Amino acid sequence: MMETLKFSHMAKRRLSGTKGQAIIGVVASGNLEVLLERVLPEAACEVEIATPLTGYAETWKAVVAEFVERSSPGGLRISINDGGARPDTVFLRLMQGSALMETE
Amino acid sequence: MMLDEILKGLFPSGHDVRTSAANIITGAGKRKNGEAIAVIGVANGAALGTAGVLPLAEEVLRVVAKGGGTPILVLVDTQGQLMARRDEMRGLNEYLAHLAKCLLLASQQGHRTIGLEYGKAAAGAFLATALATDRLVGLPGAEPTVMDLPSMSRVTKLPLDTLKQLAKTTPVFAPGLDHLLQMGAVAEIWDLKKPLDEQLEETLRNASSADTRDEQGAQRKGRPMAARVAKQVIAEATGRGGDVASA
Amino acid sequence: MMEDAATSSKASWFQATARQRVAGLLDPHSFTEFLGPSARVQSPHLHLFDLPSAFDDGVVIGRGTLDGKPVLVAAQEGQFMGGTFAEVSGAKMVGLLRAARDHKDLPQTVLLLMDSGGVRLQEANAGELAVAELMRAIVEARCAGVAVIALIGGRAGAFGGAGLTTATCSRVAVSEQGRIAVSGPEVIETNKGVEEFDAEDKALVWSTDGGKNRRLIGGADTFAEDSMEGFRAAAKALMAKVPAFDLKTMQAEQERLATRQKRFGACDDAVSMWRILGIKEPEAIRDMDSKEFAALANNIKEVNHDAR
Repeated sequence: MMETLKFSHMAKRRLSGTKGQAIIGVVASGNLEVLLERVLPEAACEVEIATPLTGYAETWKAVVAEFVERSSPGGLRISINDGGARPDTVFLRLMQGSALMETE
Repeated sequence: MMLDEILKGLFPSGHDVRTSAANIITGAGKRKNGEAIAVIGVANGAALGTAGVLPLAEEVLRVVAKGGGTPILVLVDTQGQLMARRDEMRGLNEYLAHLAKCLLLASQQGHRTIGLEYGKAAAGAFLATALATDRLVGLPGAEPTVMDLPSMSRVTKLPLDTLKQLAKTTPVFAPGLDHLLQMGAVAEIWDLKKPLDEQLEETLRNASSADTRDEQGAQRKGRPMAARVAKQVIAEATGRGGDVASA
Repeated sequence: MMEDAATSSKASWFQATARQRVAGLLDPHSFTEFLGPSARVQSPHLHLFDLPSAFDDGVVIGRGTLDGKPVLVAAQEGQFMGGTFAEVSGAKMVGLLRAARDHKDLPQTVLLLMDSGGVRLQEANAGELAVAELMRAIVEARCAGVAVIALIGGRAGAFGGAGLTTATCSRVAVSEQGRIAVSGPEVIETNKGVEEFDAEDKALVWSTDGGKNRRLIGGADTFAEDSMEGFRAAAKALMAKVPAFDLKTMQAEQERLATRQKRFGACDDAVSMWRILGIKEPEAIRDMDSKEFAALANNIKEVNHDAR
């Protein structure tokens, strides 16, 4: 069974830049794809995850929380298709994603 | 149904269709209306390699060169592409594609092409023959396969029983004429109790060069998304983009 | 920046993702994607197998320019489910070709960045049908004057339906790393035994299905360096002139393939074929660098043809 998780956050501030959307990563073993869309109001941030590995909700929650704390991705709706990535890979992609969103 | 019976049923007025020692079918049959129809194909579940393609493609090109709109019937009973290192080395992909292209050329040039699947049909050989026709029909008992379930089980690492169970709920992957009918690949399954020559005439009447298999697949609920995704691409490319809800 | 390094002119095509290839191939900032990831047009079937889907189902399509010339592009993501043809991924490519076929105001050149092991088994029937529909759409587009160029150099190669699709295109470019075939070596070994094809023998695999062999027997029209600029140059060169899809071309291809069958029908290995082609040192082909090899292939008359 695929598992879907959703985490809603209020970031410290809205993410800088005007780029509307970005995608990073590939759905492959040990990897994931992250779609970022600047569609939420103010500093709201939502992260939705679809993953074939069940039982890791707490790990995802922690990684997402750390990412929100570190990067302040206010205004972003973030959607993830997970291919079974490790937490550090997830974190890396999220950071790469938000950096991409700040480039324009 | 055996090839000889099929040919008798298709051409009560006569035919000169032969099967070579290499299981390659060529010839012509006399239709119910007296006109000729060219016949090519693969018999006896043979595998199709580089050598087998050449006489089939040659026949198709001969028909096209002659002009006059003679239709072409492709009889299919093949286990798939020949699995041989040397055929691959010599570019088997080009040979199989060439046969498909010749059939597609014939269609573009006004020759109606009909595929009749009566035995096995698989993968690359399926693409080169039956699936390259204007209209594909099947005889009850035909076994079209992209890949058999045991092989699929090995490659996907899913238990065979799981695949068998899943196959009951969706026609999208498992072998079977009924599945291909639902997907839109097969236009219809013929009725062995009705004369084959009449069904051939009906099939020719319904054949056209327009590819509506994805629409069929949508109507029959085998492929819920293909037709509308293709349409959505066209709409977006031409600047008339709308919304496509994901399934 | 990370993205720039992967799409710079010298960056490896083989290592790149589909999106990186599109960015590296086309003129900067010229690409507009159709049915992009935010549209979430995903596979309706993968979840049945507990498999993750991709927002674009592993195919990136859109339009852009290459050296200022407008083009349509489709790029398969070989890392996602082996770049396989499936209901949605296939339909995206079919739609693109039909769009070019029917609309003269759209770019009349389609670049297919193939990177596919064939049909996605979990959607086998849909995938197989998609290939059939795509081959038909390519032929119809070619009849309408559209140039369809296949670029092969990714990790999944172009196997099965992708191998047939490649040979349906107007022109084909391949790199050393690109492999084109119908059945893969492992499948042949499983079905026919290791004596027929030892899939572990890398040199054998490469000399059978690899880019250099394909170029030398006329299965590809140009040999590209494994880089963004290599494929850019290849695409640019091929786009300039493509054969018409008509009876004459198919008759010429019939002759070409019949001749090949006759000439090489008794050969047991690729080196024997190359020797028959008149290559003085066929064993040296393997280690020859891209530039030297490309020049050698360009000088063999029967390898360079319009019969596709």
